[in-house]
Amino acid sequence: MASTIRVRAIAGADSTEVQALVQHPMDSGFVKDSKGELIPPHHIETVQFETGGKVVFTALWGPAVSKDPFVKFTFKGGKKGDDLKITWVDNKGSTDTTTAKIA
Amino acid sequence: MRHLVILATVMTCAFAPPLLAETTASSSPEKDFTAFRHYFTSKFPKVELNDFVNGPYSMDEGLRKQWVEKEVFPPYDFALDHGKELFEKPFKNGKTFADCFDNKGIGVRQNYPYFDEKTNEVVTLELAVNQCLEKNGEKPYNYMKDDMAAVTAYMAFTSRGKPFDIKIPKDNPKALEAYEKGKQYFYQRRGQFNFSCASCHVQAPGERIRAEVLAPALGILNAMPIYRSEWGGMGTISRRFTSCNSQVRGVPLKPQDPEYRNVEYYLSYMANGLPISGPGARP
Amino acid sequence: MRIMTSIVAGAAILMALTSAHAAETADTFKAAYEKAEAANKKAGELRNQWTTTVAALKSAKKAADEGNFDAATGLAKKAEALANASIAQTEREDKLWPNAVIR
Repeated sequence: MASTIRVRAIAGADSTEVQALVQHPMDSGFVKDSKGELIPPHHIETVQFETGGKVVFTALWGPAVSKDPFVKFTFKGGKKGDDLKITWVDNKGSTDTTTAKIA
Repeated sequence: MRHLVILATVMTCAFAPPLLAETTASSSPEKDFTAFRHYFTSKFPKVELNDFVNGPYSMDEGLRKQWVEKEVFPPYDFALDHGKELFEKPFKNGKTFADCFDNKGIGVRQNYPYFDEKTNEVVTLELAVNQCLEKNGEKPYNYMKDDMAAVTAYMAFTSRGKPFDIKIPKDNPKALEAYEKGKQYFYQRRGQFNFSCASCHVQAPGERIRAEVLAPALGILNAMPIYRSEWGGMGTISRRFTSCNSQVRGVPLKPQDPEYRNVEYYLSYMANGLPISGPGARP
Repeated sequence: MRIMTSIVAGAAILMALTSAHAAETADTFKAAYEKAEAANKKAGELRNQWTTTVAALKSAKKAADEGNFDAATGLAKKAEALANASIAQTEREDKLWPNAVIR
């Protein structure tokens, strides 16, 4: 099964720009289905980006973020060839992780 | 009482059909094509011809900026991958979609819809996909989203950049009739809101309806199927046509009903020469 | 004496006005509903039914099921009017659409 995380990280002079698209239903728990019943909450709670043994970015998502979320950010440091590890955990305790090389 | 009579008279005069200067007999698809293209290029002289296929992004700078950023990881990515899988997976009888289409179904999206001279019907890509499934003993897809959107997304992707090449067979009056019916559907008002497709996409492209920027009719199908943020998912041409109907308070027809296939034929012909840009992402 | 006459006259007018809306019955509702349905069916043959017509028919049926025939008949008449308007729209637009074609 393919990873749910697609990531692209590009190193600049002194900072790295990261873009990631995560596949997840992100059900808030407030939406009803066609039968009128609440779709139970099923959403990512935290996403963590690590490189060089350090967490460079933590995202705290939750019910307000919509389906298949996209995140883009820049962090100081990072260089071409380094590993960037991304991990998410959702409210059901499921998780996925992927590692990409900084370009 | 007199007021009612006056009102009734005024109303009938307002709605009396005027003398029609142009009838369909004096027009032709070629003449329509030239007039249609000229209308949009002169209304939007700063828009590059091929950019019309980007719909609202060709009309609004702020929207375009957001779209360009998103295209790095477009929201249709997952559907595209799934579509490729479905396209390549053999049916129970061992055949695949490749056996139903020219060139194994790769790089053919720009030829749809075409007029099938054997059945005298307009065949759209979505119809062809389901015909393929049924021919091979498989269950047809729901026309609106999910697997149909995924497969047509993949087929559109293999045709990216190729210009629409829609043909109206000259010797077949039924083909011309389908085109003309499609044209009529496009311009005819319907629904309690009394809108036609043209009300939004010819009269008001680049303007807003509520919070949405309207796309020009020129090239409006080139990006289909689309991931629409409003839908939180993918939608096909069938999905868009049916939802446009209900948005003007008209009860939608069934997906791939003749009216829808005819209007798709008309709009695709009008976009001849413009590149396929699908699958697309829209607000 | 004159005051009494006015009061009686006023009461008579009031009664005449209210009795103009004699209570609707299941039968009068059925007639109105069938008329509305027939008009909506014609609109369907013309491929231009309005969603509001369908909604009015549904509400009419619901009110009738609850025994509220006054409201139900009113809604059925509204549905018929909407259906007739949608038919008129199609007949009108069948002649007018060529004027909108880009030339």
